[in-house]
Amino acid sequence: MTKKKFYRYSLQDKALLLTGYILLGLFVVAIIIPMIYVIVGSFMDPITLQNKGITFDFSKWTTTAYERVFSNPQIWIGFKNAVVYSVVFTVISVFVTLLAAYPMSRPDFKGRGFFNVIFVITMFFGGGLIPTYLLINNLGMKNTMWAIVLPGAFNVWNMIIARTYYQGIPSELREAADVDGANEMRFFFMILLPVCTPVIAVLALWQFVGMWNSYFDALIYLDDTAKQPLQVVLRAILIQNKPESGMISDMQSTAERAQLAELLKYATIIVSSLPLLVMYPFFQKYFDSGIMVGSVKG
Amino acid sequence: MKTSAKAHPPWRSGKEKGGVQGTLLYMKQHWQLYVIFLMPALILTIIFKYIPMGGILIAFENYNPIRGLLDSPWVGFAHFKRFLSSPDFMSYLANTLKLSIFGLLWGFPVPILLAFLLNRVARAGIKRKIQLVLYMPNFISVIVLCGIVRILLSVTGPLNMLLGTSADFMTMPEAFRSIYIASGIWQGAGWGSIMYTAALSNASAELKEAAIIDGANIFQQIKAVEWPAIKDVVVIQFIMSAGNIMSVGFEKAYALQTDLNMRSSEIIATYVYKKGLLDGDYGFSTAVGLFNTVINVILLVAVNKVVARMNEGKGL
Repeated sequence: MTKKKFYRYSLQDKALLLTGYILLGLFVVAIIIPMIYVIVGSFMDPITLQNKGITFDFSKWTTTAYERVFSNPQIWIGFKNAVVYSVVFTVISVFVTLLAAYPMSRPDFKGRGFFNVIFVITMFFGGGLIPTYLLINNLGMKNTMWAIVLPGAFNVWNMIIARTYYQGIPSELREAADVDGANEMRFFFMILLPVCTPVIAVLALWQFVGMWNSYFDALIYLDDTAKQPLQVVLRAILIQNKPESGMISDMQSTAERAQLAELLKYATIIVSSLPLLVMYPFFQKYFDSGIMVGSVKG
Repeated sequence: MKTSAKAHPPWRSGKEKGGVQGTLLYMKQHWQLYVIFLMPALILTIIFKYIPMGGILIAFENYNPIRGLLDSPWVGFAHFKRFLSSPDFMSYLANTLKLSIFGLLWGFPVPILLAFLLNRVARAGIKRKIQLVLYMPNFISVIVLCGIVRILLSVTGPLNMLLGTSADFMTMPEAFRSIYIASGIWQGAGWGSIMYTAALSNASAELKEAAIIDGANIFQQIKAVEWPAIKDVVVIQFIMSAGNIMSVGFEKAYALQTDLNMRSSEIIATYVYKKGLLDGDYGFSTAVGLFNTVINVILLVAVNKVVARMNEGKGL
């Protein structure tokens, strides 16, 4: 690495690098600006927001929007449901996936090719919306958590990632366990899993985020408002322009209600996105470790 | 999706016998692998993936929930004919294809470019901070993303204030695709660059150092060291995305749809949903969905073939 110090970029290279840095900087700015806009906007007064846009005059900032969002029971119900569904889904999904990836990672496993075909087919071909919907209905899972938690619990792509990761573990571990007479279960839970924390962390985060952010399954399977997860509640507020009536009903005129409804969107976006945005940096160190690249090459 | 065992010395070699007897003996010795490890995944796959495949029969009948799958009246290919000959068919198909092909053309190179740029950021601390920002939008939900888009583009929103206009972009059919694709890049490009960044950091440092000592400029370094390091990943990513051309995300298209931009925003996936679950036309909706899936599989196979030919026989 010390050699790098002696290397000098040519003028052409310097120009190229500068262009590159500017491009990268522009991209970063383009990502940040909409976020800052929404954050600042959420503290505006509804009328100012509509007529003049955002200002950085802090004396005019209010937290009205947040008070109204936090005092809305439906948002809290949505939050609670989303947490429950996401946690249950993540636990089941990661567990099933890690389990299945183990035999699939062993070259001596008989039937490996057959099972691989069985699984991979489902990545590209499926029954589609209606047959799946009717099945869930017939199983009596409609309007229950299981309708959104179970169908996608086993993810073939994640299985391939875990399998590839297992294959990168030195086989001496396995041989040592064999000598000690550890059976499959013991080896898997006591020896293999503990050295696979990075891949487990990534898969868990992935599944959690996926469930937390999805709305389609909940939209079609959960009619009961008490069971709806956050994203379905958000959809009503952000996309359908139907804020919970309790949030704006005290306003007199339709115009005022519309302005307030608009402002509430800002605060709702912040409140609902904050948990994941705060959580994800703790997982960042696992992202770049090349876990996904392995799967691509596998 | 080949599984190669090369990197992996066989664990219990020598103990195994060939033939049916050997297999049975193996299964008896290793029953835990089948019953405990594989079974849960297998059961979920059979119930939630394979049983619905049987449900595809609905596409060929006038499905009646009371009479059930096998006793509903058969109609052959009537649903397919109805769909293929309807005036809307071409428009939905074109919308689907345009959305994903343009999305692929615009969106595919951006993560690769980002990875190259990131790779040139020398200081690890700054690189990490940039990555933190780049990945952030990936953790925002589709609904929130579309909410932000609607806010930014609303009639009284910041874009209109900036331009001094009062256009309602969400109701313009001609704006829909740009909105969809641009917001997709905003959300996904940073996250999409992870694979390439990781592959680049796996590029041999020695090779790079040698290139630098030989006086290679940045273009030459990219050509000789960096591009070869990510080429395989690029190829596979391309095949995967090209093979998914027909499966444009329902969730985002539906959330960006308004009554007025339907002319370009109605894609096959949203049509299947509306016909099937909102109108209850199960048979027709299943047929349309099946049509979509089959085209998708054909595309995947075709793209894989073409890419493999260009890439010295290496495809999926």
